[in-house]
Amino acid sequence: MRTRVLTIIGVLAGLILVRNLYVMLINLPDEQFQGAVFRIIFFHVPAVFTAFTCYFSALVASILYLFKKNLRYDSFAVAATEVGLAFGAINLITGMIWGKIIWGIAWTWDWRLTSTLICWLLYAGYLVLRRAIEEPTERARLASVVSILNFAVVPFVFFSIKWFRTQHPQPVLWGGGSMDPSYRWMLYGNWVPLLMIAVILVAVRMRQEEQQRELEGFRRMAHAF
Amino acid sequence: MDVARNFTYLAFGLIVAWAILVAYVLLLVSREKKIRSEMQNLKRMIEDKERK
Repeated sequence: MRTRVLTIIGVLAGLILVRNLYVMLINLPDEQFQGAVFRIIFFHVPAVFTAFTCYFSALVASILYLFKKNLRYDSFAVAATEVGLAFGAINLITGMIWGKIIWGIAWTWDWRLTSTLICWLLYAGYLVLRRAIEEPTERARLASVVSILNFAVVPFVFFSIKWFRTQHPQPVLWGGGSMDPSYRWMLYGNWVPLLMIAVILVAVRMRQEEQQRELEGFRRMAHAF
Repeated sequence: MDVARNFTYLAFGLIVAWAILVAYVLLLVSREKKIRSEMQNLKRMIEDKERK
């Protein structure tokens, strides 16, 4: 049942993505100043929205773990964090490619870029921490605390372009910014399939985490003999 | 703006986005295989020890 639901979500995401790629590459006009490369925004921004959604889900799951002590919440948190990191990497690297052609530099240490990188590294640190602790409940408890603390950086990343002068453009979707409605629709329209892909990846990764825990149980049993 | 260079960078952006997702899916597949094979080995080992 679960596999069938995930397959349906995957097929739907694929169809929406094919349609979106057709519309964004064929139908949408080039941006007046940036030309064709502006279309990177349709992956760059939805990728970070997806990453933030994953980090937020990990935050909620971590809080739930601390209250309910159910390891399934911990499995969900690690799955969401790992998938969030993949989408965070897409955001960072597509941003660098875009910056290279528009700014002439792939990277600069401004508030937005630096805080995004720090956020990514903090969540990567969460995964490293998990590998360092063997006892499952201790690992889940400490990882939950780290996940909750890590999320404090996310609002800073989001609002950094409003609070500071940055090389990165000011907000175009909120805070007084503007964007052509056809671009805006495509941007949100491409977030939907990316979220659907994230749901599938989180479900698969969560199942693996549970299998991994089962495996650790078998390992202990094998050593006990 | 150089139109060809502009399209090249757009292609880089789209390729990188998909390459990261594909790499992550491949990582999940390889992890799944590793877990399954280790699970089978451990089950076999426990069964052998129980028989003895």
